[in-house]
Amino acid sequence: MTDVIDTPVTVPAEIDADERARLNRARFERWGSWALPLIVMALMVFLWDRIVVWYDIKHYILPGPGRVLNSLIEGQAVFFDAWVLTLAVTAAALALAVIFGVGLAVLFTQSRLIEMSLYPYAVILQVTPVVSIAPLIFIYVDSKVAGLLICAWIVAFFPVLSNTTLGLNSADHNLRDLFRIYGATRWQRLRYLQLPSALPYFLGGLRIAGGLSLIGAVVAELVAGSGGIGVGLAGLIQEAGYRLNIARMFAALILIAATGIAIFALLSFVSHLLLRKWHESAVKREG
Amino acid sequence: MTVQLPIGERPELLRMSRVGKTFGGGVVALKDMDLKVGQGDFISLLGPSGCGKSTALRLISGLMTATAGAVRWKGDHDTGDLGVVFQEPTLMPWATVAQNVWLPMRLRGQAFASVADDITRTLGLVGLDGFADAYPRELSGGMKMRVSIARALVTKPRLILMDEPFAALDEITRFKLNNDLLAMKAQIGCTVIFVTHSVFESVFLSDRIVVMAARPGRVIRELQVDQPYPRDEAFRTSAEYAAYCRETSDALHVAMGEAA
Repeated sequence: MTDVIDTPVTVPAEIDADERARLNRARFERWGSWALPLIVMALMVFLWDRIVVWYDIKHYILPGPGRVLNSLIEGQAVFFDAWVLTLAVTAAALALAVIFGVGLAVLFTQSRLIEMSLYPYAVILQVTPVVSIAPLIFIYVDSKVAGLLICAWIVAFFPVLSNTTLGLNSADHNLRDLFRIYGATRWQRLRYLQLPSALPYFLGGLRIAGGLSLIGAVVAELVAGSGGIGVGLAGLIQEAGYRLNIARMFAALILIAATGIAIFALLSFVSHLLLRKWHESAVKREG
Repeated sequence: MTVQLPIGERPELLRMSRVGKTFGGGVVALKDMDLKVGQGDFISLLGPSGCGKSTALRLISGLMTATAGAVRWKGDHDTGDLGVVFQEPTLMPWATVAQNVWLPMRLRGQAFASVADDITRTLGLVGLDGFADAYPRELSGGMKMRVSIARALVTKPRLILMDEPFAALDEITRFKLNNDLLAMKAQIGCTVIFVTHSVFESVFLSDRIVVMAARPGRVIRELQVDQPYPRDEAFRTSAEYAAYCRETSDALHVAMGEAA
């Protein structure tokens, strides 16, 4: 029984095989979910390094992980500036997506007329690939940053809108009746019933939108090209590609991926904080 | 405790006169329903599915308007005069027990602090002392229903509408809640209209049973259960109880036979 000392699960003296298997599984789940991906990553990096050495691959075809890391450190000032720009565009696009998405969803639930009139256009905006709209946007918008922002916003805003609309309409029907019986105003119904009901749906949409706004910011910059003031991570990839600086391309790519993971983790954490007390998705099941 | 007058002598609370409801599709949910509700009545609406008992409740609550006839309260009434309990507990999962009970008052613009005593007292009445800060998901089905009842009682309403509130609970919990409901009613002195499809429940709880039939939904017969309150477990096993159950059951069979 020495192997259970640091786990919070107390193990009674006598325990059947089934319960023991369940406890072991729970313990495995706890460390496996973060440790296993790290082990896989370490293995991949190691293999990558070895393959470059074994096959003597030229660095302008495939640089080793060491060279990529070097490139990242040497160009840290450039990378930092590019990262700040991409992150700023992503964050601003997400913020606008939340404001417009939630705002429009609320408007939709207040008026069926507005919903029926506008919803199809929100769908059209969503299903049209942003790369095909972006060139037009950059013609009409002078500022490159503003263009990036619009593109990122277009992709990020729909999941917020559709999820929040679904959530606002998912309020329990008996509770709606109760609010009517107690003479609730429109505003009270929205504030005390519909918005709380929509919260889990909204947060689900937000997590999708967070990733999409980063994708939107990167894709739009690839379309915009590297001209103009300010270069983001996608701009760095493009420039480095022209010069066959593959290490720098990998470095920028890793930064983008890390940023995406960080955004997802942050939004998941926010979601957990807001829902942990009452929503099934955030509540640990016992037994 | 309030003193109960005999059924016929109670002052009128509200009256349904020749109330009918026809849905858009042409289905007659309720036809010519007459019901005089006296203060302090415990009325059960009993009948098979589709007999309009829930429709009657929705008409009384104002959630639906009648196609024909009218539901009229005796004198003025406001939203605080009505409490409603549904078949599901219908609690807000994001709010604590106390916040859920606060809802009717919150919607009338009353701050939590100003009604905290009422909430605490009502939670005590339904037997939920110490659960004010719990969330609904932490409670059992019976306890959730108690919160729902507390929410209906907290404004000290004159009339409480209950739509098969205990149908989804196990029998042991249902018996306990039946007993507690009668105790609460005696303490508050309100009027109850209770929809059920259980003969036993209607006889145990009510002093008036309105038996209804389906297609079209209508009243077939009204029975009175002339047994004094408080009623306890002894009543549940008495010969009188069995006789009332038989009589009610016969009336229900007539109602179902006509519908078939």
